[in-house]
Amino acid sequence: MSPAAHAFSSYDVLLLLKGFLTTFALALIGCLTGFALGFVAALLRSTRSPEMAPLRAALAAYALAFRRIPFLVTLMLVFFASQAMNANLSTFTVALVSICLIAAAYLSEIARGGLESVHRNQWQAARALNFSHWQTLRYVVVPQAWRVIVPPTFGFFVMFIKDTALASQIGVMELTSAGKVLGNKGLPEALVYGTILMLYFLLSYPLSRLGKHLEHRLAAAGNR
Amino acid sequence: MPLLEIVDVRASYGSRAVLEGITLSVETGEIVSLIGPSGSGKSTLLRALLGLVPIERGSVRLNGHAIDYTSKADVGSLRAGIAIVFQQYNLFQNMNVFDNVTITPTKIKRWPRDEVERHAIELLGRVGLSHRLNAYPDQLSGGEQQRVAIARALALKPKMLFLDEITAALDPELVNEVLKTIKELSQGGLGMLIVSHEMSFVREVSSRVVFMADGCIVESGTPQRIFDAPLHARTRDFVGKILRH
Repeated sequence: MSPAAHAFSSYDVLLLLKGFLTTFALALIGCLTGFALGFVAALLRSTRSPEMAPLRAALAAYALAFRRIPFLVTLMLVFFASQAMNANLSTFTVALVSICLIAAAYLSEIARGGLESVHRNQWQAARALNFSHWQTLRYVVVPQAWRVIVPPTFGFFVMFIKDTALASQIGVMELTSAGKVLGNKGLPEALVYGTILMLYFLLSYPLSRLGKHLEHRLAAAGNR
Repeated sequence: MPLLEIVDVRASYGSRAVLEGITLSVETGEIVSLIGPSGSGKSTLLRALLGLVPIERGSVRLNGHAIDYTSKADVGSLRAGIAIVFQQYNLFQNMNVFDNVTITPTKIKRWPRDEVERHAIELLGRVGLSHRLNAYPDQLSGGEQQRVAIARALALKPKMLFLDEITAALDPELVNEVLKTIKELSQGGLGMLIVSHEMSFVREVSSRVVFMADGCIVESGTPQRIFDAPLHARTRDFVGKILRH
């Protein structure tokens, strides 16, 4: 039996780097895609025409359901659904789809709240000036809604980076999985998880700083 | 042919009727003022005519053309012909003064930008705001916001103007300025429907005064007749109270 190592080998560093990049990719692609889908869902839910009512109801039901299902359950659902459909998806893709589903549900509610925070008289003025619904959103409502949308969105992104660790449950070699592998190799746990902790911090701290920066800029500009 | 003709209009919020049997017309260049106690339906009438409050019954004609409020094209042409200045100004908070005035003609009406900008500068000069082009609504006083809202409405070159309590936030000096502008505009052929609690302003500016109460028109006539010899007790009571203040 070989003696336990006390420092990372180059293989270990590569494994950590792979885990780091996987977590980064899951968080980045998942949150950006989730935000885009959630934002579009919120825009569609802001419509008032009767023809759009079934779509609005479906989007509301989707947001209601997926915000109440634990991420791990969504992950398992997507995993087994893809197997049942013989979709032959990689575990990374399964994790990414799950993240997008959850992120879109949460972010659609955040964006909807932002759009609804814009005063009713802004909508009314735009209607009286002959703006269509989409022109009202584009020129008047969305620019004013950012101030309300941005802070909780970044809060969600930071929270979600941590939740990507659950992707290890279906075998995705992300940062926490890499830590488990290195721990099982006999490396000191304090070293392994101390490093993992720093790498998670490295991912989330710049994001929360960016969020704060945008929040301050938008707050200083008022509704502009 | 009247510029605006309203016959037997009824509107309600849920089961509560807020306008009932409104019949009224405004001729080209005529200034009609709506007066009455708070909650009598004056502002609601302006909103209903613009399709912002659903009209249940009655007919509305602009320039002889009957408006079908269920038709997007009809409501669009109606709103292209009538501009409104809201009581709360309702300026777009994310845009500066200049953009507030130019956005609708450039982005919605797609008029040539050069021409729109020249017109906007001229209008903002007329309302005394040439030096505030880059200011945002939250940096302006109530009176300044009101004047931007007037410039924004005039930038659309409407056939008709609705003014909802536009003197409420103005000091007496500015009321005179607005009075002058309104008279000039009506001489230029613009029809106006004005809601105001400022009776000296109404008396000075109006061709005709309409007294409303509980969502109905009680009586209408020249300013002199309404203020000096009202026919109905309700009008007498209102005019008496308001002139005593």
